[in-house]
Amino acid sequence: MSREGAKGLRVIQAGPLAMIEDGGRMGVRHLGVTQSGAADWVSLYWANWLLGNAPDTAALEIVVGGGLTLEIERATRLAWVGADLDARLDDAPITPGSSFAVREGQRLVFSQPRDGLRGYLAFPGGLAAPEVLGSRSTTPREQLGGLHGDGQPLKTGDRLAWRGEPGEERRIPAGLLPPMPRPGCRLALIPGAQIAEFTGASLYAAFNSVWQVDDRADRMGVRLRGPRLESRVGSMISEGIPLGAVQVPPDGQPIVLLNDRQTIGGYPRLGALSPLAAARLAQCLPGQEVRLVAVARERALADYRGFLRNF
Amino acid sequence: MDVLMVRLFDTIEESNMAWIIAADRALRGAFDKTLIDLVPSYTTLMVHYDCRLLSHGEAHGRIREALEYLQPADTQAGQRHEIPVWYHESVGPELQRVADRAGISIDALVQRHCDRDYCVFALGFAPGYGFMGLVEEALATPRLETPRRKVAAGSVGIAGRQTAIYPLPSPGGWNILGRTAVPLFEHARRGDPLLKPGDRVRFQAVSRDEFEAQGGDTTPLEERP
Repeated sequence: MSREGAKGLRVIQAGPLAMIEDGGRMGVRHLGVTQSGAADWVSLYWANWLLGNAPDTAALEIVVGGGLTLEIERATRLAWVGADLDARLDDAPITPGSSFAVREGQRLVFSQPRDGLRGYLAFPGGLAAPEVLGSRSTTPREQLGGLHGDGQPLKTGDRLAWRGEPGEERRIPAGLLPPMPRPGCRLALIPGAQIAEFTGASLYAAFNSVWQVDDRADRMGVRLRGPRLESRVGSMISEGIPLGAVQVPPDGQPIVLLNDRQTIGGYPRLGALSPLAAARLAQCLPGQEVRLVAVARERALADYRGFLRNF
Repeated sequence: MDVLMVRLFDTIEESNMAWIIAADRALRGAFDKTLIDLVPSYTTLMVHYDCRLLSHGEAHGRIREALEYLQPADTQAGQRHEIPVWYHESVGPELQRVADRAGISIDALVQRHCDRDYCVFALGFAPGYGFMGLVEEALATPRLETPRRKVAAGSVGIAGRQTAIYPLPSPGGWNILGRTAVPLFEHARRGDPLLKPGDRVRFQAVSRDEFEAQGGDTTPLEERP
């Protein structure tokens, strides 16, 4: 292999979906531009922490794996956090939640989701990509961000470079890295918005049923399947939608809106998942059972601030 | 958790805009560096603040202060855009449906759609997508039962009493009447959308030749709902 033009890493085979994501595109929703950013931002933060990066630094969000093959062109240290996608470095398994050294010529392969849905591969100093409206996050629908700034996910033949040098090796203290969601996992929901418009029976059902993640689930939103929820408002005048908003369209099946959600919308909402719960939901595969648990805003805020103290 | 919805009105009225725009400016000033995002819409403004810097109570207080002595903005200061549209059934498959509902000819429909200034109420749904209105009552047409999987960029449509232009190819359920060659997304990509809340838009019917000369794409919008 010629060393000329070696940048860092080459995509030998693109899997179903791998994209550059960072902390998100903030301050642009008034333009109709979505927030974007890592769907499981908790894993992104830890992946960057392992390398000494700022927590919202641009990394690779790898969904499912599906044979994504990367060839290393320059030795360095990488970090891998989030889903277990059966990641292997030249056949040696890479455990999620760790950093590891790579040498020129080695291959990293991501095969299949064994636990969780999305993994985050972080690079020293973060991945090099142009900032578009203040973020490197890839948003295919809006043709924004990513390696070339045009919203394209990773393609075979793409070459990635990173912006810094690896620092001292770090390990995540035991018990701090949250596990991938288990069946019946509890998602904290801060009641709000139009919650008073839902019938009593629907509110009871919302918080006392097991919900199933539907196969209509992506970075825009995750549909939940379960009892039919009814509210007294059909549709409303469109208004801004926060991360994790739980909206209920006329068919009564809630949709939890994630990072790539539309900026405004007009369905009644129960409230919003806490940011930590939104990150958990982003790791759920179709069929996964989850529960919604009402929590006070103060509680969610305390959990969030507590989490951020790790960084 | 870190979001507050400021609700100023209950109905969609053009006169809301002077207040929404004023509130937008006042809130941006009041939150300054503690603001993460501010999303104005028809009747509301969603304030997303940095909860590491402000408590919920403090955020509340800033909103109350900012709105206490609010004066309506001068909506005449908004820009007026003239947007050429090629109205034709090949790129506007709902021309007949909207005309039939109004009980008029397609020519009359086009004339009446071009006959007034529309106010830009909100941006959302997609980058640079401006929700405009109000189209006259007779032309009001509900969204399609089944949205199209793909509507071409530049498509001009009606839903209820609203009208809009799709900046990018996207799924959509509006009644499509025609297409413009004016790029909307290019502006959004640079962070300066062509249309801003409070702006006015007037559509102008142009011929196929003029549309093509402006760089318009005449590929028919084939997928039927």
